[in-house]
Amino acid sequence: MRSIPYLSIVEKVAKMCQEANFELGNDVVEAFRDALKKERSPIGQDVLQDLIENANIASSERIPMCQDTGVSVFIVELGQACFIEGGNIYDAINEGVIKGYEEGYLRHSIVDHPLTREKSETYNTPAIIHIEVCEGAHLTIHMSAKGGGSENMSTLKMMKPSDGKAGVKEFILETVAHAGPNACPPLVVGIGIGGNFERCAYLAKKSLFRPIGHRSDRPEIAALELELMEEMNDLGIGPQGLGGDTTALDVKIEIEPCHIAALPVAVNLNCHASRHKEIRL
Amino acid sequence: MLISGTIFTARDAAHKRMFEAVEKGEDLPFDIKDQFIYYVGPTPAMPWMVIGSAGPTTSSRMDKYTPTLLDMGLKGMIGKGYRSEEVVASIVKNKAVYLAAIGGTGALISRTIKEMEVVAYKELGPEAIYKLTVEDFPATVIIDSQGSDWYSIGKTIFNDTKNKEKTQS
Ligand code: SF4
Repeated sequence: MRSIPYLSIVEKVAKMCQEANFELGNDVVEAFRDALKKERSPIGQDVLQDLIENANIASSERIPMCQDTGVSVFIVELGQACFIEGGNIYDAINEGVIKGYEEGYLRHSIVDHPLTREKSETYNTPAIIHIEVCEGAHLTIHMSAKGGGSENMSTLKMMKPSDGKAGVKEFILETVAHAGPNACPPLVVGIGIGGNFERCAYLAKKSLFRPIGHRSDRPEIAALELELMEEMNDLGIGPQGLGGDTTALDVKIEIEPCHIAALPVAVNLNCHASRHKEIRL
Repeated sequence: MLISGTIFTARDAAHKRMFEAVEKGEDLPFDIKDQFIYYVGPTPAMPWMVIGSAGPTTSSRMDKYTPTLLDMGLKGMIGKGYRSEEVVASIVKNKAVYLAAIGGTGALISRTIKEMEVVAYKELGPEAIYKLTVEDFPATVIIDSQGSDWYSIGKTIFNDTKNKEKTQS
């Protein structure tokens, strides 16, 4: 058994929440630069330039790149030989989020009750935490500060097996077209295919944690990712929906086995503020 | 275009309260005649800053309330994303305008905000109504007083040019 102190998790999570909001990943900034080289719409170029400048200001002044500092979503790989000393992993992460968001002047964007809209007492929590137990004694925490605008335009559909690849593609492209400017394009599009109702949504979210440019290791899925990206960029929505080539910076697909009668598909949109951080303990 | 002058902030919760005030026949917390509302819920300002990160939020969530405010003299809104048909019609009827700022550039936009003063509903925190003094605040006209919608025009113009290039090459 390897023991990991509760407070070390709190501290590290607090720090990663701030880093996620101040420092856009290199993969995303590089994707902006690449897109800028290819973008043919003048207004699209202006937007991409502003996105690069915005990321620079956020990083040098240490202020959030976007005022929606998001819901904190975590995917945790917890080695089964780990023991959290002094508390449990869920509390440690939530405490880290409260600390990180409060001390970092990040926004408290959670309401306690979805219908009455009463605001939660605890700063920007509860976080959404998915734990995957794995072998070994390591603890890896992946975090995303997930914006509401793009989350709101995400979709899930229980399709028919006979809809096939063509039907799935159509549904995904419709989601992107319908989202238009609302989801703050250029987007990173995360797709989950298979599993069941809740599982495909999780797969779509999980796919967004892969860095931009990382293809699926299944050749047919990697090819589908590229195919979809090309078709999305051919829609002409462009940066901020003002017209242009760059609608999607990347497309990610995760698949899993499913029931003989089912073809679940979830499309989780991420805006250009694709904020992901990872720590290993 | 670049905006300089005074704008007021309001998002979901403040809109709901203003709407309820109107329904009860009460006065709004500020005179909205000829004013602009910016849909934003900024991050808390760091002690050395006027305002935190302050980019636009999705406008469509305010669609339900907007025609009423336009009828009361509101001149324009700044946000991001589509508006409903009712809002577009009301913009035309009231000769108003809808502008978009670049979603997700809160750090960049906050530099153009020079003063911030709370006007109403302070307890709503980032969702309260603030009066902002802005200088060269960047925005794009999306829906003008004729009802033209730049989101569809921009896309059409771009796709037409692209297709022309394709057929020429
Ligand atoms: S969708 Fe993303 S970039 Fe746009 S406002 Fe929300 S968090 Fe910011």
